[in-house]
Amino acid sequence: MPIARAAATTTVRRAVARLGAVALTGALLAACGGASDGASTDGAGGGVTLTVDLFGSFGYKEAGLYAEYEKLHPGVTIKQTDTEDEADYWKSLQTRLAGGAGLADVQGIEVGRIASVTQQQSDRFEDLRKYGAETLKDQFAPAKWAAATGKGGEVLGLGTDVGPEAMCYRTDLFKQAGLPTDRTQLAEKWATWDGYLALGKQYKAKAPAKSAWLDSVGSLYSIMIGQQKERYYDASGKLIWEDNPALRTAWDHSVQAAQDGLSAKLDQWSPQWNQAFAAGSFATIPCPAWMLGYIKGQAGDTGKGKWDVAALPGGAGNWGGSYLSVPKAAKHKKEAYELIKWLTAPEQQTRLFEKQGNFPSATGAIAKVAAAKDPYFSGAPIGQIFGDAAKAAPVQVLGVHDQNIAQQITNALSEVERKGTSPEKAWSNAKKGVENTIG
Amino acid sequence: MTLTASESPAPPLPAPPPARRGAARRAWRTVSPYAYLAPFFTLFAAFGLFPLIYTAFVSLYRVELQTPGDMEWRGLGNYTALLADEYFWLSLRNTFTIGVLSTVPQLVMALGLAHLLNYRMRGRTFLRTAVLLPYATSVAAATLVFAQLFGRDFGLINYALGLVGIDPVDWQNGTVASQIAVSTVVIWRWTGYNALIYLAGMQSIPDELYEAAAMDGASRWRQFFHVTLPGLRPTILFTVIVSTIGATQLFGEPLLLEGSISGGISHQYQTLGLYMYEQGWGFFHLGRAAAIAWVMFLLIVVLVGLNALIARRRSRKEAGR
Repeated sequence: MPIARAAATTTVRRAVARLGAVALTGALLAACGGASDGASTDGAGGGVTLTVDLFGSFGYKEAGLYAEYEKLHPGVTIKQTDTEDEADYWKSLQTRLAGGAGLADVQGIEVGRIASVTQQQSDRFEDLRKYGAETLKDQFAPAKWAAATGKGGEVLGLGTDVGPEAMCYRTDLFKQAGLPTDRTQLAEKWATWDGYLALGKQYKAKAPAKSAWLDSVGSLYSIMIGQQKERYYDASGKLIWEDNPALRTAWDHSVQAAQDGLSAKLDQWSPQWNQAFAAGSFATIPCPAWMLGYIKGQAGDTGKGKWDVAALPGGAGNWGGSYLSVPKAAKHKKEAYELIKWLTAPEQQTRLFEKQGNFPSATGAIAKVAAAKDPYFSGAPIGQIFGDAAKAAPVQVLGVHDQNIAQQITNALSEVERKGTSPEKAWSNAKKGVENTIG
Repeated sequence: MTLTASESPAPPLPAPPPARRGAARRAWRTVSPYAYLAPFFTLFAAFGLFPLIYTAFVSLYRVELQTPGDMEWRGLGNYTALLADEYFWLSLRNTFTIGVLSTVPQLVMALGLAHLLNYRMRGRTFLRTAVLLPYATSVAAATLVFAQLFGRDFGLINYALGLVGIDPVDWQNGTVASQIAVSTVVIWRWTGYNALIYLAGMQSIPDELYEAAAMDGASRWRQFFHVTLPGLRPTILFTVIVSTIGATQLFGEPLLLEGSISGGISHQYQTLGLYMYEQGWGFFHLGRAAAIAWVMFLLIVVLVGLNALIARRRSRKEAGR
């Protein structure tokens, strides 16, 4: 019995395992070491260099929050590193966690990974109760707080944003294809996903050359699955994705869009996808609130005023949102906690939404942003659109392998989209991929 | 007899310092090579041998990166699972096809280049240095540039193809197309390197052979086939072995082509190295990744052995001639 054996030699084995993990991760550590050895500059004059390691676009730097924190806390310097693709970020974070070194003082955690942190790695992150985090509980939406709480009640991260969903679109391209551009009118036309796809066919018939209806069927699937309460696991932690009718509906619609040739066949987070924002390769992109900042970054100044935001077809949903955590191996834990407490406070979340579009998870901030409008997106009332979505969004069941399963399904959908693979074959590929991932 | 016997220990006594110094020197002479080699072997033991053995150990367990403390004994389970693993066979096949697609043109082109560089001509040194430049470029930089060139919508290569009326090729999603794209980066980086090695080999071929061949009326082309190629045989064997090892371990180019650890949406250009990385650092199955690493290691040993065997048989045949 492996269990009996394990019990007998646990300590030895753990030591060997740690040694091995260090050996296996040596190369990566060498690459990461440079980013986090701010320690050498510490001490002189009482200064502290806090390192923050994030993915995608949290937008703190862009919104000027670091600069302000440094001003409020003389002697504190904040250094941020950033990986565009969350999957790459998570990979390197896991390697560093296993080696117990090379970690930043603050690490960002995507909501799709938070179950892995609370269920498998609660011993590698600081329990923020140590610093008095439980007093912050009432500041946050209950579901957001609960998801980062471990079995023993330990608080493993503070919520940053959430991802209420909407649909972003290019008014200039809509005009060229003879479609209405008014956001309330569009919301009515695409009240259902079938309406959205039908409008897509209309667009395709008269669209400008080299312009598709949507960026990728992968992002269509992601936004649709975000409207579901149960996706890959049920509340008891059982894998249900294969028989989940809601998942199947999202799959079928995405397949339909692919077969109708409505997508620009791009791969999310790839360089080509990034280029396509400015080139006008697609007219609509399903957008959780945090995507607004990403669009601004990729489409740049030339895109200003060309974009707009409307309510999402098929009701409210949530895609993504993140946490800030402090690893056990961080150098300045207390200072790191002070920083994330400040960054996730309602005032800062409000400002972050107004500047970057990341929707607040702090309850106090949600009311404050209700009137926010975004000039970049043709003055769309984003506070109201995303606020309504956030209020109606389901509280999702999270599982350890959510992200990896989603990746396999997205890959299979891309096969239908780009290689013309039959949906049946693609579905069985997705099954094989998921088995390979979890196995 | 007894006298001599009692006398025999005497000699060391009267010949004190020089002999002792001589002994020390002799001892140092035998020991010193080991001492000089020790740093290398210490480092090798720490960073070569230990990981190798530890990887073998890990490959017998079920270990997940997120919970490295819980190791579950699987015996050869990780290896037998590979035999039934479709993705493993696919990546093995991809490694082979990409290996052939990149190694063969690379070595042929390198031979030709070396032959040209061996001529007396203006700016020879500059040209010889220039062919090595791609090798000095980092894989990451080179691959990222090529990924742009091979872009489906905005890539220069598809643009050029469009000028002559060829439809855009999906360089990332097509099986053959994506493998050609990966091979192109490999060929670009390594051709110059191999060319310089061939050039060095060519220069060790005595001029008299060429002169004699020329006197016999052999053309440049025949000289290449009958003098250069036979003279280069050991060099060619070396480059074949190095390229085989390189091709079996191919990793950076396919990883960076579109930043996908699965080698494309349907694993169409996933190599063994990439599959190992996906299992280990994508899915965190360290045990399975370790098993793949060992299979790769054994594969390289077998391939190199095969190369050496063929070479030895050929040279024996030649000697017998």
